[in-house]
Amino acid sequence: MVEAILLMLGMGVVCGSILSIASKVFYVYEDPRIAEVEGVLAGANCGACGYAGCSAAAEAVVSGEDTAGVCVISGTEVAELVGGIMGLEVGVAEPLLSVNYCDGGSRADDKYYYSGIHTCAATESMYGGKRVCSVGCLGLGDCVKSCAFGAIEMGKNGYPEVKEGKCVGCGACETACPKDILKVRTMTERLLSFNKETDALAPCQQTCPAEIDISRYIDQIRTGDYEGAVNTIRERNPLLLSCGRVCPHPCEDMCRRGVEEDAVSINQLKRFAADYEMNSGKRFPISCAPDTGKKVAVVGGGPAGLSCAFFLRRIGHDVTIFDMMPKLGGMIRYGIPEYRLPKEVLEWEIEGITDLGIKVKSNVKLGHDFDISSLVAAEFDAVFLGIGAWKDYNLNIPGEDFKGCFTGIDFLTNFATYQQEEGLDPVFIGKKCVVIGGGNTAIDCVRTLVRLGAEEVSIVYRRTRNEMPANMVEIEAAEHEGINFYFLAAPTKVIGDDNGKATHLEYLKMELGEPDASGRRRPVAIDGSETLLEIDMIVTAIGQGPDIGFKTAEGKRIGELETTRWDTIDSVNPETLQTNIPYIFTGGDSATGASLVVEAIGGGRRAARSINQFLNGEKVINEENSLFKRNIPGTIFPSVDGLVGTTRATMPELDVDYRIKCFDEADLVITEETAKKESSRCLTCCRICYNKDKEKAA
Amino acid sequence: MELIVLAISCIFVNNILLAQFLGNCPFLGTSKKMETAIGMSMAVIFVLVMAGIITWVTEEYFLKQYGLQYLRTISFILVIAALVQFVEMFLKKSIPALYAGLGIFLPLITTNCAVMGVCLINIKEEYTFIEALVSSISYAVGFGLALVLFAGVRERILLARVPRPLQDTSIGLITAGMLALAFYAFKGMV
Ligand SMILES: Cc1cc2nc3c(=O)[nH]c(=O)nc-3n(C[C@H](O)[C@H](O)[C@H](O)COP(=O)(O)OP(=O)(O)OC[C@H]3O[C@@H](n4cnc5c(N)ncnc54)[C@H](O)[C@@H]3O)c2cc1C
Ligand code: SF4
Repeated sequence: MVEAILLMLGMGVVCGSILSIASKVFYVYEDPRIAEVEGVLAGANCGACGYAGCSAAAEAVVSGEDTAGVCVISGTEVAELVGGIMGLEVGVAEPLLSVNYCDGGSRADDKYYYSGIHTCAATESMYGGKRVCSVGCLGLGDCVKSCAFGAIEMGKNGYPEVKEGKCVGCGACETACPKDILKVRTMTERLLSFNKETDALAPCQQTCPAEIDISRYIDQIRTGDYEGAVNTIRERNPLLLSCGRVCPHPCEDMCRRGVEEDAVSINQLKRFAADYEMNSGKRFPISCAPDTGKKVAVVGGGPAGLSCAFFLRRIGHDVTIFDMMPKLGGMIRYGIPEYRLPKEVLEWEIEGITDLGIKVKSNVKLGHDFDISSLVAAEFDAVFLGIGAWKDYNLNIPGEDFKGCFTGIDFLTNFATYQQEEGLDPVFIGKKCVVIGGGNTAIDCVRTLVRLGAEEVSIVYRRTRNEMPANMVEIEAAEHEGINFYFLAAPTKVIGDDNGKATHLEYLKMELGEPDASGRRRPVAIDGSETLLEIDMIVTAIGQGPDIGFKTAEGKRIGELETTRWDTIDSVNPETLQTNIPYIFTGGDSATGASLVVEAIGGGRRAARSINQFLNGEKVINEENSLFKRNIPGTIFPSVDGLVGTTRATMPELDVDYRIKCFDEADLVITEETAKKESSRCLTCCRICYNKDKEKAA
Repeated sequence: MELIVLAISCIFVNNILLAQFLGNCPFLGTSKKMETAIGMSMAVIFVLVMAGIITWVTEEYFLKQYGLQYLRTISFILVIAALVQFVEMFLKKSIPALYAGLGIFLPLITTNCAVMGVCLINIKEEYTFIEALVSSISYAVGFGLALVLFAGVRERILLARVPRPLQDTSIGLITAGMLALAFYAFKGMV
């Protein structure tokens, strides 16, 4: 017994003294704050912060690699303690939140009845899924079980709902979900994400150039959560009031209900939600990430520039918009007329965007008042060029310079400026006016001329009504408003009198010939069919391209900027919109040629994503598996069964006799009741599962 | 000759990881990256050789002398723990890169059953000092061999499509089982 005690004592003494000597010899200085910080961290060693355990996280904080808010599972209290030790301000880290990307899973039929373990993981690996829909939520709740904070609950529709207040962003649910439906993302990541082939996307969302989560906001309207709907739209599109009014809604062409009957009136629902916010008298809050201190110059304050600025600002960058016109909005202010988009509405919308802390310098033109080198000198880290397409194409026919000949964009901007500014001379309006062209600009010109009191207004277009690129509703409205249409007519000459005033337009009649490369039948002139049309005003609106005069104005770095033969700014990759000069990005009409507002908004956000990558020193690349201008194969059905025939909500309009005498808004918003009814027509499509009306009736 | 046979039997036939199933937590924990696996193997070789020597000496000159063999386990724990502490301090000072690579796994060697197991085997088999030394080295080399092989396989698995429920540790365990079966083939050799 005594030996045992002695032996153990002896060994203890020997080991102890060797260790204490060693600790002296092998002493390494370690910042005492590391131990202190480690002491206050949660101690769970969960690794959710991205470091190998709490001590590694503590080391990262002390070495300045991470902030006081490093620990994702403990709240602000711990962050404050850590901040105290480090003598730091607690940086408001962007919260990570879990989002469920599938809303429709439970609507699909079950495919298998499996009596084994009831977990998503098992079902997924056995059959690939339990629903007819092989993409969406399985609804067995692995995520609910995985959440240690009780932030996920199984909602009444059979798919998990995340409670934002409780979610700490630990990522357990993302790991637990075998279908990649629950994703933990920061707001920045959500705002900058683009459609992927692997995402669960309704046909409409696949098609929308701004990639709005349409089925989600329609669902929110149905349940009366209008604020939620507005926020959903705003994650992708900051100009919802404007788009709700002027968008030709390419999404509706792909609507799955539209395969069998009238498509859901998506855009009217968007307008309803947007108008709801404006009429509610208050603005729904828009959150922004903490400031990053990076400066970006946005040249051009049209939809593309506004969208790019909006998203850059929301992810914390410091943005300044430079625009040559007195007010922001671009073509939607100076092109699209008052009766389609009232300036008051536009004003309210743009104010909401600039109020986020975006600086605006107007009346300055790139190439005249400032240039790229002055932006670089002013320490802007990146430049976005969204200068639109403001230069009208000419017809190149004799007599185009007679008095009374105008071009479309010039005419519309001059008139819009006259309407908005005081003390300007009124614009010239003829009695017999003819507008040449078949696009939106042409239609806007004729409808404006009618309202200004022109006696006879006509459109002359080379092809037929079917080929007109203008929005169908616009063409119909113009017809109602008494416009003459001359189809298959190609202008050849303007004839003037001795005073240099235009008096007649000569045109050749055409007929449709062989189809051309685009499959449209090419119009061919009929010999000897010259016809004269008596006029005193001609507006040419046959298309427009970007004005890249600023390029030659310098002869410096900007001279290297690559442009196409249509004068549009070329990008290295149309998905990243970075130009050949790495710090210059583009988007909207200046990148695509004259296009749509939604397209410009999508482009602005795309560029914002690339600019963010560029500012963070990352490689500027597009999303992996991105779904760019195409549909997921197999998700566009040739037919859809089980629909019970419903009709689409009609758009309320002002009476024709009244509206052609003034610039009051012609199209009106649908009522709440109609919105509810229309939103319930949505099938809440995910990628393939959809809600049959029959089932609902049963 | 006998020593060579002993070495081979320790490395392959009675592989500490795949035949005796000792030391499985570092086997799964540090085998995701080849680099860490090699570091861990080195640490185990180092510690095991030292531990083999020191425990043999403890047994032979202290415990046996005074007939205190019943204190074997506790005194071995003491010396091994002290030894690992020592190695840790040494590494931190002299080879910080290796220390960083091993991270939280170095202290794991303290409670590593492979180390303890080999020391107890040495005593149980009544090896001489030389035999104990060879067995310690060989077991440690066997440990390293299995770990490095396994890490190689796991690096490849990362690239393969694994059904979700089987990912990570699950597929790791399955792979370990197959490796063990493969090592089983050495059974008839010695
Ligand atoms: C008459 C008309 C009707 C239309 N109707 C519709 C419609 O119904 N639906 C629809 O979806 N789309 C419609 N469009 C298209 C839509 O307006 C454009 O696609 C959209 O505005 C493009 O946005 P953007 O930001 O790229 O360019 P713009 O809106 O053209 O904005 C460019 C901005 O850059 C500024 N800028 C230009 N050059 C410079 C410079 N050198 N320096 C500083 N600033 C500069 C301009 O002042 C302007 O603010 C219509 C277009 C026109 C002309
Ligand atoms: S039915 Fe609804 S979700 Fe489906 S395509 Fe139409 S609007 Fe989109």
